[in-house]
Amino acid sequence: MAIWIEEDAKVLVQGITGKQGMFHADKMVEYGTNIVGGCTPGKGGQTVDLQGKAYPVWNSMFEAIQATDADATVIYVPPPFAGEAIMEAADAFDSIKGEGVVVCITEGIPTLDMVKAVAFVENRPGVRLIGPNCPGIITPGLNGGAKIGIMPGHIHAKGRIGIVSKSGTLTYEAVAQTMSIDEGQSTCVGIGGDPVNGTGFIDCLAAFEADPQTEAIVMIGEIGGNAEQEAAAWAAENVSKPIVGFVAGATAPPGKRMGHAGAIISGGKGTAEEKFAAFEAAGIACAKDPSELGAVLLQSLKAAGLR
Amino acid sequence: MNIHEYQGKALLKAHGVPVLEGVHCTAVDQALAAYDQLGSKVVAVKSQIHAGGRGKGNLYAPDTGDLVMEGGVKIAFSRDEVETYATNILGNILVTIQTGTDGKLVRNLYVEAGCDIAHEYYLAILVDRENKSVLIMASTEGGMDIEHVAETTPEKIHKISVDPNAGLLGYQKRDLGLALGLSGGAHKAFSKALTSMYNMFISNDCSMLEINPLVRTADDGIVALDAKVSFDENAEFRHKNWDDLRDLSEEEEVEIRAKETGLSYVKLDGNIGCLVNGAGLAMATMDVIKLYGGEPANFLDVGGGANEEQVKTAFSIILEDPNVKGILVNIFGGIMRCDIIARGVIAATEALSLDVPLVVRLAGTNVDEGKAILASSTLNIHPADDLAEGAQKIVELIGGAA
Repeated sequence: MAIWIEEDAKVLVQGITGKQGMFHADKMVEYGTNIVGGCTPGKGGQTVDLQGKAYPVWNSMFEAIQATDADATVIYVPPPFAGEAIMEAADAFDSIKGEGVVVCITEGIPTLDMVKAVAFVENRPGVRLIGPNCPGIITPGLNGGAKIGIMPGHIHAKGRIGIVSKSGTLTYEAVAQTMSIDEGQSTCVGIGGDPVNGTGFIDCLAAFEADPQTEAIVMIGEIGGNAEQEAAAWAAENVSKPIVGFVAGATAPPGKRMGHAGAIISGGKGTAEEKFAAFEAAGIACAKDPSELGAVLLQSLKAAGLR
Repeated sequence: MNIHEYQGKALLKAHGVPVLEGVHCTAVDQALAAYDQLGSKVVAVKSQIHAGGRGKGNLYAPDTGDLVMEGGVKIAFSRDEVETYATNILGNILVTIQTGTDGKLVRNLYVEAGCDIAHEYYLAILVDRENKSVLIMASTEGGMDIEHVAETTPEKIHKISVDPNAGLLGYQKRDLGLALGLSGGAHKAFSKALTSMYNMFISNDCSMLEINPLVRTADDGIVALDAKVSFDENAEFRHKNWDDLRDLSEEEEVEIRAKETGLSYVKLDGNIGCLVNGAGLAMATMDVIKLYGGEPANFLDVGGGANEEQVKTAFSIILEDPNVKGILVNIFGGIMRCDIIARGVIAATEALSLDVPLVVRLAGTNVDEGKAILASSTLNIHPADDLAEGAQKIVELIGGAA
């Protein structure tokens, strides 16, 4: 078990013929992801060469899912078209299978496009959206696994730690920290740094709590909004597994966007201090420095009798 | 991206929201001509800067720092007063609670006709990230700091959440108007203005539209007396007119330059420059520098796929800040390979003849090659294995905690 994405999940790539899409599709195949083809409107019938093997391209997500029975799709479509790509995938998964996972990597999608896309996806309860503006989701296997996104596959190993984060490279940092104490990961989810996104912290915590493979959770937040505070309050009531947390942006000045569109302290709200306090109040073990995540996790595992 | 009040009002007007007649001016004689043209006995003379709190701000002379005038928004009852206020505003520095102590040089002025105000309301449209929808907020307590109202009398703030599939519905507008105590002609005028404002918000990809105050006039009209408009920069590709609306003099020049090369840079007050890939890791790097007693000089995210040239640009931007006494590079290579970063760092330090201490922490893809390249260089580069070690080293190298 893992969450949402099994090691052998069948994955499509939207925008597979583009530069980004092709580059990362190749890396995913190299890692061992079960890529079953891709979708680029107008290029149906062509094939794309990934790691020396030809993969089919379809004109639409309806065709692609019907032909492959895919479980998930990953979107590398440029920002002007990404909102619609999400809705196309959600519509096709919902109509054909009643379920599916849509992972959107694209950064820079207009917020109002996401408001529309998220509402569209939420009307199709079997469909899960991860992202946008995120590294994706990875379920490492003993041999390969399912890497759906842009994360470096080789730093991961199969294990029992679930990771959820708003940030890309900070997630890799958290992965490296688990590895430094000889722990692997069940699933790592990057939920993205945009103000309006799909899957949130609470969805991930609930799934990790229900997943028998996951025995502890690392949760990485950042300034802006109050998703971390809500997740912490929810976790206090609903999560029995140990959680270790970190929040980036303690030194960020108010009113300034820190790279991510959603990383902004506005009206004095959404500070790291507030979020750390919410974590601590919920019994989440906090690291003030991401280089200490490994040590804090080890302590939590020991306290829970897991080491 | 923010625009000025006078630009916001032009947009509101174009969408059918009632605003008062006004003229944008950049010189005192233009302000006088505006007064003559408006034919209003009373006019408002309003400083135009990208920050709030203008009315309660103070104007200072840029050379001497002397106080010139209290209040950046003035009501003038004569041509002479218009001249005095315009002279005191243009070319001086306006300091408000939102500008910081440095304030902002006022280059633009808006001269606007007066009106007979019966009541001031607050109205804002924004994207609600928690509900993932467009939110409309209104209050009977207009003209005041809305955060203060939210804290002291939250029951006076009324909210409607707009379903993106349904749009703004008739009953929502009716209910909001009633909640504000409007009736008759004013209620109708409010409903119409709200529709126009919502349409403007959506069609212009706004991230924020705040009217404080929105007023009811003595004859039951509804007029937008102020306009704070921000756009969602992600939507720039579909709004060609934003180039004309953008006032570059209101933005940090170096931040614009960084953005043009694909870097995300924010200047801070400390002395340790940071060069990092990824926004979250870049923030975490700043935090850890502070944790070990240092002060970060900047936020800088080189992005996921930076090349040698971008690394060089990043270094030169960091070094433009005279406060920088040392630099910490923190790269977790994913898409980005550590050997490429190592070469970029060496090329940049050589080209810029870097003379401040440099600590480089590499992890991830091709980390061993990257480290070997740095080790074989004759340059004075201090390696670190993790973020904590990197931060401790750079703090030590610049002579300890600030």
